[in-house]
Amino acid sequence: MLLSQTDGVRNAVAGIALEDNPVAQPPPVVERTRRVIAEVPSTADRNFNRLTMGAGISVLLLLLLVGGFLLIQSSDALSETGIWTFLTRTEWRTDVQPARIGVLGLLAGTVLVAVVAVGIAVPLSVLCALAITEYSTAKRRKWLVGVVDLLAAVPSLLFGLWGFLFLSDKIVPISLWLSQNFGWIPLFETQENAGLTGSIFIAGIVVALMVLPIITSVVREVFSQTPPGEKEAALALGGTRWGMIRNVVLPFGQGGIIGGSMLGLGRALGETIAVALLLPQVPQKLGESIHILENGGATVSGFIANRAGADAFTTSGLLAAGLVLFIITLATNMIASVVVSRSRSGAGVDI
Amino acid sequence: MTDLAENQISTDSPLGEVAGDQSSMPSGSVALSARPEIIGGPPPGAATLEARDACAWFGDRLVLEGVDLVMPKGKVTALIGPSGCGKSTFLRLLNRMHELIPGAALDGEILLDGNDIYAVGTRAQQVRMRIGMVFQKPNPFPAMSIRENVLAGLKLARLKCDDKDTLVEQSLLRAGLWKEVRDRLDSPGGALSGGQQQRLCIARSLAVYPNVLLMDEPCSALDPTSTRRVEETIDELRGEVTVVIVTHNMQQAHRVSDLCAFFLAEENQPGFVVEQGDTLEMFSSPRDPRTLDYVEGRFG
Repeated sequence: MLLSQTDGVRNAVAGIALEDNPVAQPPPVVERTRRVIAEVPSTADRNFNRLTMGAGISVLLLLLLVGGFLLIQSSDALSETGIWTFLTRTEWRTDVQPARIGVLGLLAGTVLVAVVAVGIAVPLSVLCALAITEYSTAKRRKWLVGVVDLLAAVPSLLFGLWGFLFLSDKIVPISLWLSQNFGWIPLFETQENAGLTGSIFIAGIVVALMVLPIITSVVREVFSQTPPGEKEAALALGGTRWGMIRNVVLPFGQGGIIGGSMLGLGRALGETIAVALLLPQVPQKLGESIHILENGGATVSGFIANRAGADAFTTSGLLAAGLVLFIITLATNMIASVVVSRSRSGAGVDI
Repeated sequence: MTDLAENQISTDSPLGEVAGDQSSMPSGSVALSARPEIIGGPPPGAATLEARDACAWFGDRLVLEGVDLVMPKGKVTALIGPSGCGKSTFLRLLNRMHELIPGAALDGEILLDGNDIYAVGTRAQQVRMRIGMVFQKPNPFPAMSIRENVLAGLKLARLKCDDKDTLVEQSLLRAGLWKEVRDRLDSPGGALSGGQQQRLCIARSLAVYPNVLLMDEPCSALDPTSTRRVEETIDELRGEVTVVIVTHNMQQAHRVSDLCAFFLAEENQPGFVVEQGDTLEMFSSPRDPRTLDYVEGRFG
């Protein structure tokens, strides 16, 4: 039985061993050669492999090219201003000699708009995702997913125009109410006679609508992966549907909600057209407190869009600001994907 | 048998620390006598469950037809039969889990102590609180601790209990898990072994003191040792709770149940009950030849 299963070389050796000693012994040490049995790809496979790998690598190459371009183009402005000064200065004045430019004022606006946007979009997205995954029949689910995807297909320029021409006026009463009731919070304070249109708050609302679809789709995907056994367990214990959602779906989807929010944040940070239209693009000044409800504010991308095509030095400075934005959004997205993939719910979700 | 005795002794001692002078009483009655009050929970004791002409549909497909079955209070009723004969569907009819599937429908009545659980105005949550369920695959809440898992029913059904520690201990005792987890009640429920997870699920169901406990092949994912522990638990629950268990294991049905119902479905026909009655009689002298074939393992 043993002999019949072994190959030629071992056969002889094992045979002797068995004859000499019928009690089982550890097999004698034999010099073995390893036969590599990897599949040899066909020509078609090899070519297709090259094609797909090429496409994959080109994406990475593109990223490096963009990063490299920004780095080289911005080196003029950065070396003249100094990296640290550029990062910490809030002013942006090219009318004086030497020009005083810095990105901090723009970054403050960018982050504020993004935070307002994500703060509004996340609760809305989570509710929307719950409506789709937990409270809809199959037919309505399909319909709702279609509508949310449609929202993603609206060009951001249209969102910006709509926000500028239509929504802005409608938000003013809300801004007024907020400033009257929550004015004691420094962020919500407004000065006498300050205009309430063209504020960071309004820009944030418009950007919220733009990032809503992406957050909704990540959160929806994660919610739909909730183990059915746990959901049934919660219902079988006498839980209501809401109780089941609170105790099973939301804890399970936590990682997805965080990751989706950060992904949305990444998008919101880079949003351009809407904020270029909505905000006056005046960088936040140092020492001045930030008022998100009144007219004012600038974001990196909006500012770049407004000032593009200026003299060489300004362009270099704008690209340096772009580089900072590039690094920040890249980092945000990477953190988002790590958070999602590390969470229990996100193991099977790609973002 | 010695194992069972040991288990009872061991379950006695930890309770003695809490209940003090009651430690000399047998384990079952200690657990009952020191039962903490649950405000808004099910009425005490077991309840009789009765199906009258129960039929079930998935969409247009009739999967179960004309089931008349009484599951008497405090008894263990086993539902046996080959796969796809509607046992699990019937079980899910009994605590209104059937209606969670889109397109599900039913006919007939399911009576819990004489009241139709599908009556207008009766909420499914109320029914499910009184009729607990243990599933085929252990499904503890992995993010919750063992303690939180046991108390999950209270939280979900919004019930109040003034002595949660005692409730956790008693529920785990009744499920035969206390001894193994008493030192790590705050570790996550998902970290337990499969058999322990299933007993945690049983403890979780028992924590609201349901009148009926439904078990859908509770041991099919477990090893023989864990299976024996679960069967011991079922045996100890006899009298306190009405148990309805679906099983593919004939020996198990024989060992744990007082009554038995044999389900069968012809090809593309709805399932129905071929024969029902006392378990020992059904296994020793079934009236229907199909039952005989099945319990002797000739098909299914």
